[in-house]
Amino acid sequence: MPKPDELHFFIDPNRCIGCEACVQACTECDTHRGESMIHLEYVHRPESVQTVPVVCMHCDQPTCAEVCPADAIKRTGDGVVQSAVQPRCIACGNCVMACPFGVPELYEDRRIMMKCDMCYDRSSVGKKPMCATVCPSQALFFGTREQIDALRPLSAPINSFRFGAQTITTQVFLMVPRALTTRDSYVDVAAAMDEQPRNRGVSLKILPGDPFAAVEV
Amino acid sequence: MADLPLDPRAPIDPALNTPGREGLTGTAPANRYAPTVDREQITIAPNFAPPQLQPAWRQDFPIDWAQDLYVERRDFMKFMVLTSAAFTLGQLWIGAHNWYRRRQGRPPMLRIAAVDDVAVGAAIGFTYPDADHPCLLMRLSRTEFVAFSQTCTHLSCAVVPRPAEGSFYCPCHEGRFDLRTGVPTAGPPRRPLTRIVLDMRGPDIYAVAAEERTA
Repeated sequence: MPKPDELHFFIDPNRCIGCEACVQACTECDTHRGESMIHLEYVHRPESVQTVPVVCMHCDQPTCAEVCPADAIKRTGDGVVQSAVQPRCIACGNCVMACPFGVPELYEDRRIMMKCDMCYDRSSVGKKPMCATVCPSQALFFGTREQIDALRPLSAPINSFRFGAQTITTQVFLMVPRALTTRDSYVDVAAAMDEQPRNRGVSLKILPGDPFAAVEV
Repeated sequence: MADLPLDPRAPIDPALNTPGREGLTGTAPANRYAPTVDREQITIAPNFAPPQLQPAWRQDFPIDWAQDLYVERRDFMKFMVLTSAAFTLGQLWIGAHNWYRRRQGRPPMLRIAAVDDVAVGAAIGFTYPDADHPCLLMRLSRTEFVAFSQTCTHLSCAVVPRPAEGSFYCPCHEGRFDLRTGVPTAGPPRRPLTRIVLDMRGPDIYAVAAEERTA
């Protein structure tokens, strides 16, 4: 059974408080019991305690599947990129290197790659993924567009990411300040690697326009 | 979808018999569970080009599960026809090989050695029926001679006689054959060693035939 079309995953890194509830909840998922597929990353540890939860973005052009030499990473019709198919995966780690979001993980002992599959056993029957059920600040939200619009009137979901010349659209949305977005906005991920002024140690660049011009900090 | 509460903070009755979500344990209404649209879709390439402009290998290695599992009737028939054709050709090849071998006739008789050349418990090497097939002649007692091909029936390494153990030993994979009969006793080999039929004529020992055995 597919994931319902009207349900989407929304990530709002601004709301993340770094409690790691999602990490714990993820380990309790039955398909990968004991292993957490979600990454809770510090954005820039020396200057900020801001964390950001990283789940699989479920790209429309999944780079992990593009580079898989064993044809092991497949996407179901609802746009969810699944973990590696067990007998096919040769644990080469190509996907780990290729994923622009750093999601797949290689389990050398089991000779398999495992990644976030949006808790397919749950989301395919309309339930929320484990992490979204426990997130106390709702930085991870699973629901409809109407729900997220009602809950976050000042934010808009974006699912377009640019890495240099490559644009990737994803099934998972990132919440960004609504005032900065236009119809064709995208997040310039490579720009985050540029040198930043010290008082703006971390920035999420949404083009066009200066991301911080209209934001009251 | 009309009865869907837009505000997720609205209390949801999780009871199994709540109208609209009977028998379900999640927090989603029952209408969410039904498939909504046809799921057939084409893999979007990284360069966003239409499928007609994609390289041919993209059709063979699709990213979407549905396409990966899909087998055309024509492909299936092609597979079946080619596989049976391969089996048929294999049978014909085996038949031709047998016919050719039978036409060659029996290999000629070959004098190996004189009886007195081999001490009791010793072995000498010879080749039969041609120089590419090394064999071993063993003298077990004063009157008993056996001869076997030296080729291990597992992966064709050369076996060495070990009269003290009563066996031929293959050093490659620890295979062992009985010294008297050539039957495998240990290790990976499953077939006995090729037996060389011997004939004693006066003071000489002759190899008469090579007898391949299956069990």
